Amino acid sequence: MGATASQLDKGMLSEYQELTYLTKQEILLAHKRFSELVPKEEIDRINCRIPMNLVLTLPELKSNPFNERICKVFSTSDSHDGSLNFDDFLDLLSAFSDSATLEIKSHYAFRIFDFDDDGTLGRHDLEKLVNCLTGGTDDTNLTPEEMRQLIDNILEESDIDKDGTVNLSEFQHVISRSPDFVSSFKIVL
Amino acid sequence: MSDGVPRGLQVKRARGLSRTVRYQNRRRLLMMAEGSKADSRADRGGMAGNFDLNQPLVGAGLESPADEEGVHVSFSQLIAEQCQDGEDLDGFELQQLDEESRDYVTELGSGFEYSGRGLNDMEMDSDGRQTDPLVSVPWSSATMKILSSMPSRTIGRSRGAILSQYYNKTLQLRRRSQSRPSIRDFSRSSRPSIRGYGMEVDVTDGPESEIKKRERLVNNLQNLSVGDRMKMLRGMPLSVAEKKNLRRLTLQKDKSPTSSSKIPCCSQLKYYIIIAVRHSWYSWLSFLHSLQLWQFLLKRVGGRFGTGVLSYFLFLKTLLFFNIFLFLVTFLFLVLPQAMHPPELPEGGRDFTGLELISGAGLFTDTLMYYGYYSNFTLQRSCAGEHNRSASSDPDCLSKRFSYNMSLAYFFTIGMSFFITCIILVYSMSKSFGRSFRIDKSYSILAMKVFSSWDFKVIKQTSVELMSENNCTQLKELLAEVVQKKEKNSPCQALWRLMVHGLAWAICIGATAGCVISVYFFSEYMHKDLQRTSRQANANPLLKEASLLALPALVSLLNLLLPGLFNLAAWMEEYHSPSVRTYVALGRNLMLKVSVLAVLCYHWLGRVAAKPNDINLVCWETFVGQELYRFLIMDFIFTLLNALFGELLWRLFSQRVLRRGRKPAFDIARNVLDLIYAQTLAWIGVLFSPLLPAVQIFKLLLLFYVKVSSVMMNCQAPRRPYRVSQMTTIFITLLCFPSFLGASVCVTYTMWSIPPSTSCGPFRNLGTMFQAGKRWVQELEKNNPDLSVVARVHAYLVENPFFLFVGAGIFLIVIYFYSQVVDGQRKVIALLQEHIEKEGVDKKYLITQLQSVHERKKRIPRRLRSQDSGC
Repeated sequence: MGATASQLDKGMLSEYQELTYLTKQEILLAHKRFSELVPKEEIDRINCRIPMNLVLTLPELKSNPFNERICKVFSTSDSHDGSLNFDDFLDLLSAFSDSATLEIKSHYAFRIFDFDDDGTLGRHDLEKLVNCLTGGTDDTNLTPEEMRQLIDNILEESDIDKDGTVNLSEFQHVISRSPDFVSSFKIVL
Repeated sequence: MSDGVPRGLQVKRARGLSRTVRYQNRRRLLMMAEGSKADSRADRGGMAGNFDLNQPLVGAGLESPADEEGVHVSFSQLIAEQCQDGEDLDGFELQQLDEESRDYVTELGSGFEYSGRGLNDMEMDSDGRQTDPLVSVPWSSATMKILSSMPSRTIGRSRGAILSQYYNKTLQLRRRSQSRPSIRDFSRSSRPSIRGYGMEVDVTDGPESEIKKRERLVNNLQNLSVGDRMKMLRGMPLSVAEKKNLRRLTLQKDKSPTSSSKIPCCSQLKYYIIIAVRHSWYSWLSFLHSLQLWQFLLKRVGGRFGTGVLSYFLFLKTLLFFNIFLFLVTFLFLVLPQAMHPPELPEGGRDFTGLELISGAGLFTDTLMYYGYYSNFTLQRSCAGEHNRSASSDPDCLSKRFSYNMSLAYFFTIGMSFFITCIILVYSMSKSFGRSFRIDKSYSILAMKVFSSWDFKVIKQTSVELMSENNCTQLKELLAEVVQKKEKNSPCQALWRLMVHGLAWAICIGATAGCVISVYFFSEYMHKDLQRTSRQANANPLLKEASLLALPALVSLLNLLLPGLFNLAAWMEEYHSPSVRTYVALGRNLMLKVSVLAVLCYHWLGRVAAKPNDINLVCWETFVGQELYRFLIMDFIFTLLNALFGELLWRLFSQRVLRRGRKPAFDIARNVLDLIYAQTLAWIGVLFSPLLPAVQIFKLLLLFYVKVSSVMMNCQAPRRPYRVSQMTTIFITLLCFPSFLGASVCVTYTMWSIPPSTSCGPFRNLGTMFQAGKRWVQELEKNNPDLSVVARVHAYLVENPFFLFVGAGIFLIVIYFYSQVVDGQRKVIALLQEHIEKEGVDKKYLITQLQSVHERKKRIPRRLRSQDSGC
């Protein structure tokens, strides 16, 4: 089912190429980077998982304010602990790659921003999102009044069916009008 | 009258769910009948019932998609119960609705107040239950379950939903490949809307629904072509493990029939060939990918400065590819054939002095570099090659002669390379327009900002901090802008601002005009100086060469200094909107560069080319080529100096002396315009110096490294938000419109109407360069009369302006049609949005109904129990 951490055979490589937006080189590089993170004693285990705190040591994710959310969204672990196996790792890179479509990028962006995993962006999600964007420290934070206005405005602009939350289609609608999104929603190894 | 709506709502709430279908229909009729009235009601409804549906779910813990099925069962039960319940209220409802609508008519005038009151009433109504969004609403558990299983919430979350969504997509794809049904064939509800997602939340689905869905999806996938299937699988937002599973299932089912039924050998062969071709294509693609230039450096720049600065370097890369293309074409078709047959040069060996590298004259003059070196012969080679002399006497060798008409090759190479460049430019421009231009024009700035402003490429800690700081200030600014909605300036202030703008523009235009005039007179002076020195026989050639460098140096200096002045003017003006500031800066820089280039072109084509004998020139084309070479090199030197002294010293100055914590920002617009300027020079120069693209390539390569290190050392990301894709569109447009168009006008003018030098170059015996093509067509007609059609076509198309007008007319008509289509699409979008909004109101109404029903159900047993105890 999964890849052994130590090698990557040819069939698997082409399978991954077919299922993700990554090229051969990128998959090999990803595999190399992944194997470096795997703890020594688990290197031979099939389908081993890297815990979230180890994944977050990657420089590409280290300082990203959304890094924990990214791990949680892409993790297929049953315990929802944000640990990644190689498949999940490729999934992550594929969604953040150059050639991924707007649709898939916006889908994952939505899930990353949906902090409470309830399927829509409510006021709390938006507040957390804004806090992540502004760094969330005390001196750069928005005042509660500003936050309220901001969220009201966001909802007014994007909540088309006026149910008080932003759902996936509404989110994708906004994103589709923002051409910079595709170029900024990228992580390159 | 004022309590009309709350009463209506209460009455409605008391009614059963079964009404809703009928209610909807009636509402639609009502809408059709009353038009705007219904709209206003929908709006009011939207404002009045602004619940936060999400709120209670946080605590409820109903995230798991596994709850879905249970939910639907409860939903259907409720519907069934209510069907019996509210039958008798039908007539009453109709009456009520009529009354209600009358209320709306009378209340239309005071719409806003009314909706505010509606909100208050809503909060107060039905035993004081609060529906304030921020306080958690006591939704019953059944309502919450239904809420959490609404299609709008499960699309992004539940695997089953994604599967069925993609099932629908594959179905559509299959259908489309057969025949595309028109939109009228769909029932009303399946027209594009939120329902376009085609969520099949059918109530009867058992627990095995997901398996069923998957099976159907796999079935559909099999029926797709290999390419479509792969695209589909790639595009599914599922985990790789899940996709592997799907793929395996698809392939399994795919294989079993093929192995059982004997397929013919040839189709098996075809299959293998297809696989092999596909594999080699993949490996070719990944090879191309691995060739990607400067990936590491670009990643570092992007990681530190974000997408804005990165766009400059990507633009540089684009230009590099344009030049590589141009170089390859000229090298293959002009330089290589000429190099194999070097013309005999008069022996007058010049020594290498080192000045050639900057001036391009001296030793370089009679080389492949310039136009003058190329011969006008038809280069010929016997069929068996030169080493076999005896073969040339072979009689039938004459017909197989390989001939290469240099003047024709020169003409067509330049023409075709310009034509292909034009196509590539227009194509990339249209693509870029398509990306940044949107049909619907609603402005959701804040939402866009919040949802898509984080640059995931940025990985450096300090840059991340900087970015969040910038985000915060930008959000605050935007918010202030949106909230205040432009407070009116007093007329005095407006006058003051107008004066400041006028002054700034006057300064800029004045400075530009000054530049143009100084370049004009200086070039005239240099020209006269050249005339004087050319008459003196004993002038020092080195000094003469060095004096030629004065004009390029002056122009480059002006190009370096004036943008600083423009920035100063912009600083004085204090533009609020960053995009306006960028556009103004772009406009001013563009004005400067275009006017300077225009003067230079006049200098070359009007003064030098018109009377080459004045300055004792044998070959004016070579001279112009040298001039362009000098301008390119001088521009490069000044850019280097700017990077070294300008940026470095400015950084040291602002950090040490001004004690500012920040480094200066990288001025993207100005740097890009510098690139465009240099590229224009290179395009003009290709005609006069076929190897100029090579110089430009070399220059761009060096520039890249210099700029990367300079940016890394001295700069920091721009503070202002930077709309990358919009800017990229503008850059490409600028590259296309004034730059490329100007260059091709110059080149075409030279080819059409300036007589080439009589003693050098491939066109030496012709009246104009264009005649090379004309003569070839005539010859062709003479040699084989069958081809006279070509000549006639040539005569009609090229020499008759009528076809030009017809072409332009068709082009305009096509544009008009497209604009009409876009207009229609906008209207459809507006209608659909209205539709969605109304559906949202319906949904809310349904949910409140559901809630009240549930409460009633709870109350009845309680009442029964109390009666029991009473007994």
